[in-house]
Amino acid sequence: MAEIKLRDVHKSFGKVEVIKGVNIEIKDGEFVVIVGPSGCGKSTLLRMIAGLEDITQGTLEIDGVCMNDRQPKDRGIAMVFQTYAIFPHMTVRENVAFGLTINKIDKATRDLKVDEAARILQMENLLDRRPSELSGGQRQRVAIGRAIVRNPKVFLFDEPLSNLDASLRMDMRMEIGKLHQSLNASMIYVTHDQVEAMTLADKIVVLNDGKVMQSGSPMELYKEPANMFVASFLGAPSMNFINVEVHDINEENVTVYNPTLSPIKVPHKGRDISKKSQAILGLRPQYLRLVEPSDGILNGKVILTERLGAETIVEILLKDGKRVIAAISEDQILSNGKEIGLQFNPKQVHLFSSEDSKFLSENRK
Amino acid sequence: MSMPNNPDNYGLRLVTRYVVLTVIAIIFAFPLVFMIMSSLKPDQQLLADTSSLKAFLPVGDISFQNYENAFSRVPVGLFVFNSMLVTSVTVVLSLFVCSLSGFSFAYLKWRGRDLLFSIILATFIIPFETIAIPMLLITSKLPWIGLDGFSIGWLNTYRVQIVPFIADGLTIFLFVQYFKDLPVELIEAARVEGTTWWQIYRLIVIPLSGPVLATAAILKFLVMYNQYLWPMIVVQQEEYRPVMVGLQYFFQTFTKGGIAWGEIMAYLSMITVPVLAFYLYIQRAFIASVAATGVKG
Ligand SMILES: Nc1ncnc2c1ncn2[C@@H]1O[C@H](COP(=O)(O)OP(=O)(O)OP(=O)(O)O)[C@@H](O)[C@H]1O
Ligand SMILES: [Mg+2]
Repeated sequence: MAEIKLRDVHKSFGKVEVIKGVNIEIKDGEFVVIVGPSGCGKSTLLRMIAGLEDITQGTLEIDGVCMNDRQPKDRGIAMVFQTYAIFPHMTVRENVAFGLTINKIDKATRDLKVDEAARILQMENLLDRRPSELSGGQRQRVAIGRAIVRNPKVFLFDEPLSNLDASLRMDMRMEIGKLHQSLNASMIYVTHDQVEAMTLADKIVVLNDGKVMQSGSPMELYKEPANMFVASFLGAPSMNFINVEVHDINEENVTVYNPTLSPIKVPHKGRDISKKSQAILGLRPQYLRLVEPSDGILNGKVILTERLGAETIVEILLKDGKRVIAAISEDQILSNGKEIGLQFNPKQVHLFSSEDSKFLSENRK
Repeated sequence: MSMPNNPDNYGLRLVTRYVVLTVIAIIFAFPLVFMIMSSLKPDQQLLADTSSLKAFLPVGDISFQNYENAFSRVPVGLFVFNSMLVTSVTVVLSLFVCSLSGFSFAYLKWRGRDLLFSIILATFIIPFETIAIPMLLITSKLPWIGLDGFSIGWLNTYRVQIVPFIADGLTIFLFVQYFKDLPVELIEAARVEGTTWWQIYRLIVIPLSGPVLATAAILKFLVMYNQYLWPMIVVQQEEYRPVMVGLQYFFQTFTKGGIAWGEIMAYLSMITVPVLAFYLYIQRAFIASVAATGVKG
C-alpha cells in the first residue's frame, strides 16, 4: 500500500524557484509518469520525493505520513537513475543484494531474493559479472533488480531508458510495463519521451517550468488537453495550431474560419466563448486526410514528405504562409510543390483561447 | 591521439618512444645502481672504478664489509625501523583522517563548511619552518596517558613525530577533489538503499578511491621518510631517531679518521631501499585498483 500526496510543493535553489507549487496525488499501485521539457524540474521533483533534495515549502505524504524530514531510507522508496548508478567495484549479485546486505538480511534470504529478481529480469547468467562487462541495457536491468529486491512501496525512475538505443528502449519500456503489472507497486516515472508517457502511464503529469500543466489518464490528456502546451507536448508529430476568427455561437457549436480555412462548425463545451472573436484551432496531424484541392477545408502545397513505411509525414505550406503537418497512415508518394487539400472531422479538432491558450472545445471521439 | 595512417610510420614512432623511455629510465637508474654497486666495494676500488663503466658493475672485490662497518658506527637498523614505523603509522592514519574529512567536505552539508575548507587551503602557503618553534612549544607541554601513567611533554617519542603530520591541507584537498569527481548518483543510490554515511564511506567511496589513496600515500610517505628538521628539534635520544637525522650522526663519526665512501653508500642504500619497495608496491596496488573498478584518477 502506498499513496503519495504532494501538497503545494515548492523548491528553490538559492533564490531561483524551480518547483512552483505542485499538487499531485498518486493512488496505491498507480503508474504515474511525469513528463515535461528539459529543465522543467522533473528530476528535482523526483529527488524531493526520494529525499535527496529538501522540500523548501509544502508537504510530501506517503501513506498519510509526512515525509518532509525523513531520510531517504526511511521513506520506503527505491530509485532507478538515468546513469544506472550501479557500483563498479561489485559484481551484479553484490549490486542487486546491496540494500539487503546493508539492512543485515541473512544470506539465504538474500540469495533467494536476488535469484527471484534475476529471473524476473532475465539476467540469471549475469550475476557473477562486473558492471564493466555489461551492456547499457544489462546495467539498467541490474539497477532495476536492485530496486525490486527491497520490496519498496514506491519505485522512482528518473529517465531510466534515455541512455539506451531505440530498439532496446522499446524492449525495456515493455518490461517496465510488465514489471508494474506483476509487482503492483506505485511507480513514479520521469521522462521527456512522450511515447513512454503515453504507453506506460495510468496517469500522466505534465510539468512545465515547475508547474503542473495538467494531470490525468493518457487519453484524457490526449483528447482534452487543458492548454496548448499539453496539446503540443503529447502526440507526435506535434499538434498544428491555426489562428481563427470566431462567430455564430450557439448552444453547441461555434463557427470558425480564417482566410485560408473554410468555415467549419466546432463543438464547444458550453464554456464562456461568447465574447471571443479570436481563437486557436488545434489539429492533430493524424486527423488530417489528403484530398483533392477542390474538396479541402484547408489548401496548400506539399513542401516535404517523410516516408516512414507504415506512415507518411507530410509538411504542407498553406496559402497564408503557415505550415501544417499531416500524418497519413499509409505510404504515399507526393511530389514537392503539389497542390493539395486537407480534410478533417470538425468534431475532432481542439479549440484554444487565444488569450491564455486554454482549452475551449469539447472533443468527442 | 590520431590513428596511424601507415604501419611503418606507426612502428617507427613506437620504437622511438621506447628508446626515449629507456634512455630516461637509464638516466634515472644510474645513480641508484652506482650507489648500490659502490656500497659493495672497498674504498680504493670504488674510487678507481669511478673513471670507468665499472662503477656500475658488480666487479672486483665484492663484499658486505661496508654494511658491517656502517652498523658498527651507528644503529642503522634502528634508524630505518624508527623511520618506517613513524612513516607507516602516519601514512595509514593520514589516509584515514584526511579521506574522512575530505568525505565530509565533499558530500555533507554543514554550517561553515566552505569557510573551513578555504582556511584549510590557505594552510598550503605556510612554510613548516615558520611554525616549527610554536609547534615545539605546544608539543613540549602536551599531556599524555600511557602504560606508564600520566606525563607532560611529548619530546623524545614516536608520537611527536607522527601526530602533527596526520592531517594536512594538501592531502585533504586531494581527497575532496577526487570525491567530487565520483559520480554523485552512486552516493545517492546508496543513500536510497539505506546506508549510513559511514557505510557509504567504507563500502562505496573508499573502494573506488584507489588512485587517490595511492597518490596521497606516496606523497605522505616521501614527506615523512625525509623528515629532518622536526625530528632534529624534538628528538634528542638515539632510541627514536629517524634515518635522515641518523645520516647526520653517521657523517659526524667520520671527523676523526677520513671519509669512508663505501660505508656512506651502504648507509644510503639501506635507507633508499624501503622507499623504492614502497613505491613499487603502491604502483601495483594502484594499477590493480584501476583495473578492478574502471575508475580512473
Ligand atoms: N543543485 C542544483 N542547484 C541549482 N539549480 C539546480 C540544481 N539542480 C537543478 N537545478 C535547476 O533546476 C531546474 C530543473 O532541473 P531538473 O534537473 O529538475 O530538470 P529536468 O526536468 O529533470 O530536466 P532534464 O529533462 O534535462 O533532466 C534546472 O533549471 C536546473 O538548472
Ligand atoms: Mg532530469
